[in-house]
Amino acid sequence: MTADRRPGRGFAWEPACNVEALRVRARMLRAVRRFFEERDVLEVQMPALGLHAVTDPAIECTRTQDGRFLQPSPEYHMKRLLAAGAPSIFSIGPVFRADEAGRWHNPEFTMLEWYRLGFDADDMMAELAALIDALLGPSDYERRTFWSLAALNIDDATTDELDLAIADAIAKLRGKRVFVTDYPARQAALARISNGVADRFELVIDGIEVANGYRELKDVEELARRMAEDNMVRCERNQRAVDIDPAFLAAHATGLPDCAGVAVGFDRLVALKLGVDTLADAMPFPYDRA
Amino acid sequence: MATYATNQFRSGLKVLLESDPCSIIENEFVKPGKGQAFNRVKFRNLKTGRVWERTFKSGETIEAADVMEVEMEYLYTDGQFWHFMKTDGSYEQLAAGDAAIAEARNWLKEQDPFMVTLWNGEPISVTPPNFVELEVAETDPGLRGDTAQGATKPATMTTGTIVKVPLFVNIGDILRIDTRTGEYVGRVKS
Repeated sequence: MTADRRPGRGFAWEPACNVEALRVRARMLRAVRRFFEERDVLEVQMPALGLHAVTDPAIECTRTQDGRFLQPSPEYHMKRLLAAGAPSIFSIGPVFRADEAGRWHNPEFTMLEWYRLGFDADDMMAELAALIDALLGPSDYERRTFWSLAALNIDDATTDELDLAIADAIAKLRGKRVFVTDYPARQAALARISNGVADRFELVIDGIEVANGYRELKDVEELARRMAEDNMVRCERNQRAVDIDPAFLAAHATGLPDCAGVAVGFDRLVALKLGVDTLADAMPFPYDRA
Repeated sequence: MATYATNQFRSGLKVLLESDPCSIIENEFVKPGKGQAFNRVKFRNLKTGRVWERTFKSGETIEAADVMEVEMEYLYTDGQFWHFMKTDGSYEQLAAGDAAIAEARNWLKEQDPFMVTLWNGEPISVTPPNFVELEVAETDPGLRGDTAQGATKPATMTTGTIVKVPLFVNIGDILRIDTRTGEYVGRVKS
């Protein structure tokens, strides 16, 4: 059979999800805004296009023709707001990560991120659990340390081995909601380090990583050191080094307030709510047909 | 030698893994939010049929395998090799060994078309058609009018394989058999 060559024929143009999925997503968006309004957390809209990329070696930003970068998270901009005296804030909107395509990854996705002044990681986990209960219905939450999940000698393992071990362990946490805590110091990203472990947590629901949170690092010297180290790792892995965002550093030099932050993959929550087993079924136009 | 990077992995791709030709069954992109990306890949070893699971760091490459599937007609066996002929008009003949024939042995009937997987031009596996028609060589006498629901008896086909058949089946009957399950489908009028 030959392809239909008449204009507009023979092409899969239809959305990937049904109308019910659109309704569920819209209801969840409303619930998120209601949740934060009740808690007096201010909604902010951050730029999708920024002057700088992030240094995190595990994240590649898409560069635009004019040399700017599609933002992989609103974190840098939100922290600049906080350093400038903003109250607790949340943002929900599109973010971009180059080459991350798969069953649970779409290179463009919706990120819900919020920062709470004066919160520590425990406060943040409690608030995240309350939000998840509001969106997916109430359930119990377990707590597991990174060390108890990744069956490895943490000190001897390479970073790759750690990533692999934790990803495998997380995938096995089926049928429950689990907070993973006490990340190794070298996987602190932008979290504080206390008692030798990162003040960082992740929330895993039914084997899927849905959120990543920190008690935020404030020390500008430490931040500059970690960003330089990220660039070293990038060079070792033959990735392009990233120009360190001077505005982000300057904001920390002025001073980030004591706060905790968490980022949630909103589309994954929609997929969990719908009970589908791929992200593509939870969005109308996934990457391959956007 | 051609290679494939992890972002080119897709099901059906033929690659070399530990020097064996394999077909990718499933490729899952896995990435912790703050960690290295990798691909968890399931392969079918085309020589043994066994399923292998391997994890690759994203960006890693593996060698392509020169694997082709061609339709060939079964001709005969000399006891050591099974001889097939291409159906593309070339009349080219190839001999498949014991290991390649394994799956198809029960269903080999002269002139039937089989899917032969070639690696570097050599047959490594032979897949029978989904349905074959074989003659009953031996079975207990048929019982006319016995319609007991679900009652079966064993029947030996001319290829030597044994199939469970309904009681009314007789020696000399031609039966249609599903090679994927080894089950009797129906009697063919001859």
